[in-house]
Amino acid sequence: MKKTHVTTTINGDPVEFLCDPGETLLKVLRDELQLTGTKEGCSSGDCGACSVTMDGRLVCSCLVLAVEAEGAEIGTVEGIETKHKLHVIQEKFLEHAALQCGICTPGLIVSTKALLEENPNPTEKEARYYLAGNLCRCTGYDKIIRAVMDSAEVMRGEA
Amino acid sequence: MVSVVYEAPETIQDAVALLAGADIPPRALAGGTDLIIQMSNLVNESRLVINLKKIPEFMTASIDAEGLELGPAMPCAELTAREDIKAVYPGLVEAAYLIGSTQIQGRASVGGNLCNASPAADTIPSLIVNRAQCVIVGPSGERTVAAEDFVTGVGQNCLEKDELLRKITLPKPAANTSDAYLRLIPRSEMDIAVAGAGVSITLNEDGECTAARVSIGAVAPTALLVPDAAAALIGSKLDDRALQAAADAASAASNPITDRRGTVDYRRHVVGVLTRRAAVIAADRVRGNR
Repeated sequence: MKKTHVTTTINGDPVEFLCDPGETLLKVLRDELQLTGTKEGCSSGDCGACSVTMDGRLVCSCLVLAVEAEGAEIGTVEGIETKHKLHVIQEKFLEHAALQCGICTPGLIVSTKALLEENPNPTEKEARYYLAGNLCRCTGYDKIIRAVMDSAEVMRGEA
Repeated sequence: MVSVVYEAPETIQDAVALLAGADIPPRALAGGTDLIIQMSNLVNESRLVINLKKIPEFMTASIDAEGLELGPAMPCAELTAREDIKAVYPGLVEAAYLIGSTQIQGRASVGGNLCNASPAADTIPSLIVNRAQCVIVGPSGERTVAAEDFVTGVGQNCLEKDELLRKITLPKPAANTSDAYLRLIPRSEMDIAVAGAGVSITLNEDGECTAARVSIGAVAPTALLVPDAAAALIGSKLDDRALQAAADAASAASNPITDRRGTVDYRRHVVGVLTRRAAVIAADRVRGNR
């Protein structure tokens, strides 16, 4: 099958790759570019484990064709930390032990960052609704929501 | 695995030419939240995927004194952030907000929701009550179909093989008109409607309903316009008797199935309750607008 050449930007860096035009962005991120922080859960847009940003908008990378990344700016969990220093959201997820098996965690961190960029001061209800597309089957969400609300406070400079 | 040939035309003319010249089955790609899943289930088949998101008119919405022109591939997340559209068509915007998660709304579009033609599509009842017209383009030009006639069956629409949904237009509602959409799901987020109801209400200065549209979803193979439910509201002050008559008319018009989301009897009942409640919300919105 003829491969398509794609030029894109991932976490601020220019990236080129070859892909089959039917392949998803998720598959290319993981298998071609070795960006395995993005997880595959359901592959049908229900679980949010593969959440990334595309031109600033939160999407499921399992529901994006890799060829659609042409000219776009993609953000993955690997781009959340800066210069080997964890982002506040990552620190708070650790501090609150907001994970058990960890499969949902990268998606939740990417989604939380998108939430707090859109709405720096969410109510707990707003945070829960915004993150409803990120499923966690271990924690019961309580610790996750505490980590999110605590991150928001720190990022607003209130804690 | 499916074998895909991918095209991303930048003009409507190029998209129509690609459709007309397709030698393998073509599929228009808007948000992809239905299409990519459907394609992932194909084995040893080929598809020409035509991405519509590089065509500027498909990705924008404009609202003026005439009404709303909605690009069919504009993501729901962009629609729900538009206060100018929400102020005039609150029911349509709340329907778009109910589709899937934040991630899904980042890609999924109203045009895609309409063309995918799920019986449970949340935006279709709202399009119907707002008298939406679907502008279709093909090799021989344009034609226009009312939203209530666009979907022809479960997963079926009126588009010919070489046609595209070009835009959706909603006329500006009459003065003192508003709308609402309600659906029932067993959980608080991220589910598919058991039943849904859209209602548009026009009130006069005395609080009497002078015009109404009612459309119900997920209770028949397609979303239905229910003139009997509207007739029960028109001429009333939306008193209990009129609201109950509208609810009964919606239940009577429904033709649901039993599946894991609900039984026939449950859906028939619930669609009436939703109709009644949506009528009250739409009327409250009219009063708030004054």
